[in-house]
Amino acid sequence: MTDTRLMTINMGPQHPATHGVLRLVLELDGEVVVKATPHLGYLHRGVEKLSESLTYNQSLTMTDRLDYTNALSNNLAYCLAVERLMDLDIPKRAQYLRVLFAELQRIAAHLLWIATHALDLGAMTLLFYAFRDREKIMDIIEEVSGARLTPSFIRVGGLASEMPPAFYKKVRDFIEDCPGRIEEYETLLTKNIIWCMRTKGISPISAASAVNYGVTGPVLRASGVNYDVRKAFPYSSYNEFDFEIPLGTKGDVYDRYLVRLEEMRQSLRIVKQALEGLPEGPIKCDSPLVSPPDKKDVGQDIAALIRHFKISSEGFTPPPGEAYASVESPKGELGFYLISDGTNKPYRMRIRPPSFINLAALPEMIEGQMVADVVAAIGSIDIVLGEIDR
Amino acid sequence: MLDPCHYIIEKYPDIDQSSALAGMQQLTLRNDLAHEVLGELFHNPELGYDMLTDLFGVDRGLTESHRFEVVYLLTSLRYNRRLSVRLTLKEGETPATVSDIWQAANWLEREAYDMFGLVFSDHPDLRRILLEDDFTGHPLRKDYPTEGYDFDRPFIVKLEEDHPAEQVTK
Repeated sequence: MTDTRLMTINMGPQHPATHGVLRLVLELDGEVVVKATPHLGYLHRGVEKLSESLTYNQSLTMTDRLDYTNALSNNLAYCLAVERLMDLDIPKRAQYLRVLFAELQRIAAHLLWIATHALDLGAMTLLFYAFRDREKIMDIIEEVSGARLTPSFIRVGGLASEMPPAFYKKVRDFIEDCPGRIEEYETLLTKNIIWCMRTKGISPISAASAVNYGVTGPVLRASGVNYDVRKAFPYSSYNEFDFEIPLGTKGDVYDRYLVRLEEMRQSLRIVKQALEGLPEGPIKCDSPLVSPPDKKDVGQDIAALIRHFKISSEGFTPPPGEAYASVESPKGELGFYLISDGTNKPYRMRIRPPSFINLAALPEMIEGQMVADVVAAIGSIDIVLGEIDR
Repeated sequence: MLDPCHYIIEKYPDIDQSSALAGMQQLTLRNDLAHEVLGELFHNPELGYDMLTDLFGVDRGLTESHRFEVVYLLTSLRYNRRLSVRLTLKEGETPATVSDIWQAANWLEREAYDMFGLVFSDHPDLRRILLEDDFTGHPLRKDYPTEGYDFDRPFIVKLEEDHPAEQVTK
């Protein structure tokens, strides 16, 4: 009997295909991965601890920086949790605009994913195309919020401001333009023989195993499990929109690609419906506890000035209690669990990070696979280390 | 389809089911029953909590008799519902791992250990996960300092027992 010696190699943290600072220690038998051990924490900033010494409004800006490809969904999840804690009713117009932004952000995040994932597997052309289209969404977000990546635009109680006039045309142009673009990507990849060989049958995970690992998002749906928070536990009026949840069958890298591609089309449908059915009305709830007064009133009315000052300095104080709210972020189920002790700062803020929990299933996916496919597997889970390490 | 709270209370009468959580049912367990009840919630097909959505620690403060809590957020994909299970712990009590029930608990328990120093018994691989291996202290504990001149040099705050009152007055 021959003696087998395993070789241990270190992948990351400075490796372009680990999408940030993930470090993997791989034990290899020839080219086959026998054991994979992820090491995390290179980007740990202690967001959960920090939030305990910041007011609720201040914590909002930190949520932008968790999953930085997906800031608006993070804002939304956090605001939903605070609003549930305070039992606030959000006007319909704000809810529809939130859905619109969350879906635009989902398309942007998926475009970024497809660009980098294809780049990892050697298809560089797509990077330029996808970034061109993502830039249009970034333009829209910049138009309304003033920032591209860290908008903090969805606020507790509604939205930060009303849409500028140019907004509607920009979104309409994007909806017109994008389906053709997605078809372009399909011609580049879906039947591309190199792409198929690098993705089909690679790093599969069974439905039962994925559920047991707590995997959510496109990775779970590619294994054929129909779980999407937007349908299962609707929030922000998602039950009023007509869209489908794409499912895969094999749970391999190729199915995850197909699921995300179809998700972009469904997101466009939702954006279109949100824009067409956008109700008139206020964009902030009328609770004086969380909504700052109009700028015009602040200059004329002393009570409004005091209210403005109170909200921006002291913040607001939710009643003691606990609340959990989650959204379907592009990566999976993103949840915030807030515990309030009745002060203006959260007693405990827990973030349920989808990337962290999806990444835990990575060793299961890649053990027994070739070392070259590790890159494909990491790309297909679509991790963002800002969210994993928090 | 069973009502999970109703069923569990009938089987284990001394479990508290008052919920502090907005819009979700919650069970509060003691440490000795925790693994059994959580296993029941997973294995009983009528309850069917097949996914562990989240697991995290909470520090209720030094003055509480049950200082730590572990919160389990369970999701049943079959019946499309959620349940929160809260496990209350005295300082020094070791909760049993649930990573033998849900694989998802493996990393989540490592994080709770890292942040709160909760030692999960029978965990297959209880190491720090986000902080470096030689880090001292558990930063999400309420006695871990975040300000002051030496906040970056963590220390364990002395409890009342360590400073009897007469010594302090001297």
